[in-house]
Amino acid sequence: MTAIAPRRRTAGGILATVLKQRETGILIALVLIVVAATVRNPGFLFSADGYRDLLLTPSILLLLAVGQAIVIVTRNVDLSVGSVLGLTAYLTGRLFIDAPGIPTIGVFVAGILLGALLGLINGALVAFAKVPSLVITLGTLYIYRGINVSWTGSDRINAGDLPVDFRGLGTGQLLTIPILTIIAVVVLVAAAWYLRNLRSGRELYAIGSDPAAAHLYGLKVTKRVLSAFVVSGALAGLAGVLYAARYGTVSSGAGTGWELQAIGAAVIGGVAISGGVGTLWGAAIGAFLLLTINRALPILGIQDFWQRAVVGALIIGAIVLDRVLAIRQSRRLLEARDAS
Amino acid sequence: MFGHDRKRKGAGATFAAFAVSAALVLTGCSGGGSGDGGEGGGEGGGDAAITFLPKNLGNPYFDTSNAGGAEAVEEFGGTFSEVGPTEASPTSQVSFIQTAAQQGVGALVVSANDPEAICDALNEARDAGVKVVTFDSDTNPECRDVFINQATAEGIATTQVELIAEQIGGEGQIAILSASANATNQNAWIELMEEELAANHPDIELVETVYGDDDDQTSFDRTAALLQTYPDLKGIISPTTVGIAAAARYLSTSEYQGQVALTGLGTPNQMREYIEDGTVTAFALWNPADLGYLAAYAAQALIAGDITGEEGDTFEAGRLGEYEVGEDGTVLLGDPFVFDADNIDEFDF
Amino acid sequence: MTTAPAPVRTYRAHAHPLWRRALVNREAAVIGLLLIVIAVSLAVVPNFDSPLTVTYLLRDLAPILLIALPMTLIIITEEIDLSVASIVGLSSVMTGVLTQAGWPFAAAALTAILVGSLAGVINGFLVTVVGLPSLAVTIGTLALFRGIAVGLLGTTAITDFPEFWTDLARDNIPGTPIPLVMILFLVLAVGFAVLLHFTPFGRSLYAIGLNREAASFSGVDVGRAKFTLFVLSGTVSGLAGVYFTLVYSNARGDNATGMELQVIAAVLLGGVSIFGGRGALHGVIAGVLLIGTLSSALRLANVGSDIINVITGLLLVLSVVSASFLGWLRTQRLAALGRRKSTQRSVS
Repeated sequence: MTAIAPRRRTAGGILATVLKQRETGILIALVLIVVAATVRNPGFLFSADGYRDLLLTPSILLLLAVGQAIVIVTRNVDLSVGSVLGLTAYLTGRLFIDAPGIPTIGVFVAGILLGALLGLINGALVAFAKVPSLVITLGTLYIYRGINVSWTGSDRINAGDLPVDFRGLGTGQLLTIPILTIIAVVVLVAAAWYLRNLRSGRELYAIGSDPAAAHLYGLKVTKRVLSAFVVSGALAGLAGVLYAARYGTVSSGAGTGWELQAIGAAVIGGVAISGGVGTLWGAAIGAFLLLTINRALPILGIQDFWQRAVVGALIIGAIVLDRVLAIRQSRRLLEARDAS
Repeated sequence: MFGHDRKRKGAGATFAAFAVSAALVLTGCSGGGSGDGGEGGGEGGGDAAITFLPKNLGNPYFDTSNAGGAEAVEEFGGTFSEVGPTEASPTSQVSFIQTAAQQGVGALVVSANDPEAICDALNEARDAGVKVVTFDSDTNPECRDVFINQATAEGIATTQVELIAEQIGGEGQIAILSASANATNQNAWIELMEEELAANHPDIELVETVYGDDDDQTSFDRTAALLQTYPDLKGIISPTTVGIAAAARYLSTSEYQGQVALTGLGTPNQMREYIEDGTVTAFALWNPADLGYLAAYAAQALIAGDITGEEGDTFEAGRLGEYEVGEDGTVLLGDPFVFDADNIDEFDF
Repeated sequence: MTTAPAPVRTYRAHAHPLWRRALVNREAAVIGLLLIVIAVSLAVVPNFDSPLTVTYLLRDLAPILLIALPMTLIIITEEIDLSVASIVGLSSVMTGVLTQAGWPFAAAALTAILVGSLAGVINGFLVTVVGLPSLAVTIGTLALFRGIAVGLLGTTAITDFPEFWTDLARDNIPGTPIPLVMILFLVLAVGFAVLLHFTPFGRSLYAIGLNREAASFSGVDVGRAKFTLFVLSGTVSGLAGVYFTLVYSNARGDNATGMELQVIAAVLLGGVSIFGGRGALHGVIAGVLLIGTLSSALRLANVGSDIINVITGLLLVLSVVSASFLGWLRTQRLAALGRRKSTQRSVS
């Protein structure tokens, strides 16, 4: 017994370093890309706009990726986040037009609530009807987008419809850091802390690793999965409000296709699609990596048409790497067991 | 209303046309302004049923041109309907063309997302008896009856090159922010702009043409990338209303405001605040409402058999007066108009 | 107790007679719904009875019908292929690029189909050999294949194809409003139906979907079966890409974007369980036709594409929720039955 205990600790140590490598790996990739682009064109980092856009561009996707990662950790997926973002972005514009003088905080609350409500619908269908989230959220992807298109019609929101100080949130800075980025990072830190340190947060991992076992163990699987979807919806709602602030123009197509980018960011960041593995930090770095590559490729002399191919290769590279690391780790653990 | 600088055939009737149009606009606004899009349509496939199919819905430029079309249809007493895809792609336009053919509408007024890809569908519709008018962006001449050209490509290209040359002092790097690389009109203009630059402005270097896909967010991000990729960039031409508005919005909040000139084709309502804050000094456009209006009248003339699309055919287009069909079945609306701080307040579209 | 009732039970494997099983099941419900939609549309929607409706409907649905065939088999084994629409785009671009480079069209098309197969090989390799979840793999290859397609052509399009071939893609079977491509589809559909329902390979797919490990222990080569399916899916998607190119005379990198969701929605609506192990091709074909007919009728009635999307989504959600609800009802009933039996037994 006493002999095994320290060995266990070293196995845990290996595990910890491997996991650490996973996030540091993509962080290094991110830094390399930024450095390469900056060497090629110093303005990429050292001009005021370059520095601002580096932080600003990924912020909205970061929110979606955090929500998506929480859902994926429970072995589900939320394909409807792009449509939720579109709906709340349009709601934001509508509120400013139809209720002039509405406080900005009220708009944020409304956007987050609408997002949470849409997430609740997803979660309720998944958790109570015991239907796979892939199918449900594929359906609600269509439904939410359809509602958005029929609500918007061809009357899109223009930048002029939004108050100047609200749009200032989208481009403004606080101590040289864009406000959008600050909001996104605060959300990230809070959610990551919750997932890492609170019991209910850890239960999400347990559910994702083995839903049946989690249920038998007495975890509130239904409630936890439901709340994961609500959180994902609420974050997509927040992202929608920020989208309106950042881009100023909201048409009925806002956020189309972002669901795949959000899943891509989470997967690149080491969140396993089969649930139970990964951190929000990884997903967040994944979001940064995805969008920074988009901006860096033209500077590195690669036509921007190839961006999507690079993103695809990255996703595949990331999951293959995860698999290799997992196999190596289980082999090591087996060896450790055999040796004892 | 917007008739400031437009050459018009049958200009003698200008005053009368103004009076009539004012009256018609008033009645049109009170009568048809209540519902937009979707209603009407070809239930019985009546002869004066005219369907407008823009490149995409939710595009303010086409909202304006369709409103012009609706106004004209109202005047001559037909049924107007407006359909379209949410994203500007040729294959998604095809199913709307097919539906119009099935409904047996009188005429289809299309802005083509691709000159070739929707050709066969249009020809099938014509076989089924539907008259086809293209406006804004043409297809190959053999796939439609008439094309309503907003301005000659030369006129548009020269106007924009002159505007940018003036704004950057005749030398330096410029870039073009276009719509999609397949858009017929964009490519024709870009080609002519390149020729114009080479011929008359040798000190201006066109460093890159990027594509914002007529999507606001893409155009916005492309502008950001352009400014970073080319630190010495002096000016941007964006010959698309979506692109210029997105580029202006990026510039207006960036360190480049006032440093990098921006011009192109835009609508006054979208560009007003950027003219006022100095981001943009001047831009050009024709009146899209007139474009839709003329297209609807051409469609009606085709349905009634007044014209067949032959060169030399003439038809009456309500308040705009008489037009003549030119070479290749093309009808020309007029010259582009330049908007700046002095005149922008006179316009509302 | 262990000896006597066993043979009786095998005869009574089905609780209901054949006619009842044929009429009261998921596939029959979809087919019934399809017939109702057609009947109502004929009665209510003007111009729906035109032969053009059939031509346009089948012509536009053909790629989805084709891809739905292998997709059904893949979902039955509890995997998924999200990259099919990107393979259509890639194949379309290859067809265009090679034709433009002066290749004879047949050679270009064949190469494009082979590129589709190769894409399937990549998916299959990553799923079966490397052992990755297909959802993650095909989200990656969705971006990768689409990215290559868009990268190869930029945003330009190739629109010049030999008229013989474009006519072949667009023409109808002489004397009917049915496009020629339906013959190709029928041949493939019969092929896939025989493969799925009448060969040991096909039956093994259900076994894999129901219980992978059990199938593996009973001698099914799970990896090889899945690999084959992904290659089939890539090949058929490549074929659909060639068809798509011809019917729209248009090779573009963004062709068929988003079609994967339409295919999967139709397959699931047609009664294939996303958990694997359940589904049949006739239900899937009816599912594709149901969504297509409904949106065609709604478009003719001047209903916007927004509402059509909402209805498609609702159909999908309702179909799975209702299936899940019926399943729950049945377990309740069986449980009640079991309780009754056990009380009887305790009484006797």
